[in-house]
Amino acid sequence: MTAFFQSLGMSYEWAWFVATVAGILLIALPLMLAVAMIIYVDRKVWAAMALRRGPNVVGPFGLMQSFADGLKVFLQETIIPSASNKGLFLIGPIVTFTVALLAWAVIPFGPEAVLADINIGLLYVLAISSLGVYGVVIAGWASNSKYPFFSAMRAAAQMISYEVSIGFILVCVILYAGTSNLNDIIEAQRGHGFGLVNGFFFNLLLFPIWIMFLISSLAETARAPFDLTEAESELVAGYQTEYSSMSFALFWLGEYANVLLMCALNAILFFGGWLPPLNVDLIPWFDIPGWIWLFAKIFLFFFIFSWVKATVPRFRYDQLMRLGWKVFLPLSLLFVVLVSGWLMFTRYGVAA
Amino acid sequence: MIQTLAFYLFAFLVIASGVFTIMARNPVHSVLWLILAFFNAAGLMVMVGAEFIAALLVIVYVGAVAVLFLFVVMMLDIDFAELRAGFVKNFPLGIAIALVLLAELVLGIGAYRAGAIELGVPNGSAAPLMDRSNIESLGAVLYGEYLFLFETAGLILLVAMVGAIVLTHRERPEGARGHQNIGKQIGRRPEDATEMKRPEVGKGVEL
Repeated sequence: MTAFFQSLGMSYEWAWFVATVAGILLIALPLMLAVAMIIYVDRKVWAAMALRRGPNVVGPFGLMQSFADGLKVFLQETIIPSASNKGLFLIGPIVTFTVALLAWAVIPFGPEAVLADINIGLLYVLAISSLGVYGVVIAGWASNSKYPFFSAMRAAAQMISYEVSIGFILVCVILYAGTSNLNDIIEAQRGHGFGLVNGFFFNLLLFPIWIMFLISSLAETARAPFDLTEAESELVAGYQTEYSSMSFALFWLGEYANVLLMCALNAILFFGGWLPPLNVDLIPWFDIPGWIWLFAKIFLFFFIFSWVKATVPRFRYDQLMRLGWKVFLPLSLLFVVLVSGWLMFTRYGVAA
Repeated sequence: MIQTLAFYLFAFLVIASGVFTIMARNPVHSVLWLILAFFNAAGLMVMVGAEFIAALLVIVYVGAVAVLFLFVVMMLDIDFAELRAGFVKNFPLGIAIALVLLAELVLGIGAYRAGAIELGVPNGSAAPLMDRSNIESLGAVLYGEYLFLFETAGLILLVAMVGAIVLTHRERPEGARGHQNIGKQIGRRPEDATEMKRPEVGKGVEL
């Protein structure tokens, strides 16, 4: 895009600046729209599984429901509890929202369509997702109220626990792809299964890892069945209890942007990202632009997320911790050993 | 131009948030300023081209260490009057530490004025790493040249971790409060826990 703006007669610096700002807007604005629509999808799927009809009043098929909710929330009064820590109380949701958008900078939507094609892409995603907890913790503490505080404690412990296993899972993927650049990881998956299937999931060593990653991403985004940070039967609404109006909406938007990010990561790391599912030119298969494949995969994973939310009861907190530390951590560590051993054996050769 | 601007932005923020870390009255604010300082230090790392170190700084310090820090500090029951009460008592110690730091500062500036340290020229093993990417060169150094030291450090950390677990772990015997048998809990079926009764109209249920 820089070249295009340069062709309009700008100097390189200005062209780069304008191109980057345009790229950010090009990702962030559709993302917001996607979040609004995906909330609608979530509610529809949830309703269908509970044999209800879901939102069906505002707009055709209820499609405008999220926008109506947004407008309603926007017009509400912002209530700041008098005993709260005011500055931090307002910073909390802003941090959540900003961090949720930050990670999208490295997500590739096509071979060229990525804002920042950096070498440490996957590490950047890991770093940003580890920042996500601060919004919740700050909000919970600054509310100066008992339930939000409990929720903040839970969120901090939960996210740290699952980040450990996610880290090891990502190491496995990096080892197999030989790079941590997200575009190169996708490229490494081309024809991974017998030259036919695009995606790391078609691999006996990486398929169990993908299952672990899917569950860990549910826990990392605090979605059901791991939504203990906002368990309404115990903590009212968790860290959001004291929030209203736009500050509440920012939490909501950030949460769903994070969920979409995790769906995108599932698609990119294990299901070939913007590659078509099969590496054969069936119909005009290869002519379909990459971002459509990526969006289809994200949508599929989001459906799985909603499906889980609709069907699985909530974990107990000690079960959550046990799953993270006693099951996923040893298992993912074992798989790091297995994957690196296998790669040593097949790809690099072993010294006699 | 933009590099200079970014450098001064990051550097200023690191120092400012460092100052606020020690100036803040509230320990939680202190930790949050510290986190901001870490974050901007990562920005400085990116500026010198060490993006891998920057990522590690954010993942390890901001993402894990500082969260645990915040976790502990948030649970402190802070009484500000009591905090100020210790001021006179700790004054001599504070003055002593301040003097030591001042002496170090003077020595440091003196050493800086004396000129750069003769570090010697990079020898064969370090030189060719320059044209590789950050991760590759770091990996080559850690897993090549310093493999033994690296693995030893890892082993020591492992031993420390095992030691910490051994010290704090206590087995809860069967029947004690907090004892859990996960297998038993998961193996429990509805038939074991519930019983279907079809009471006739007007009659109760014999339990």
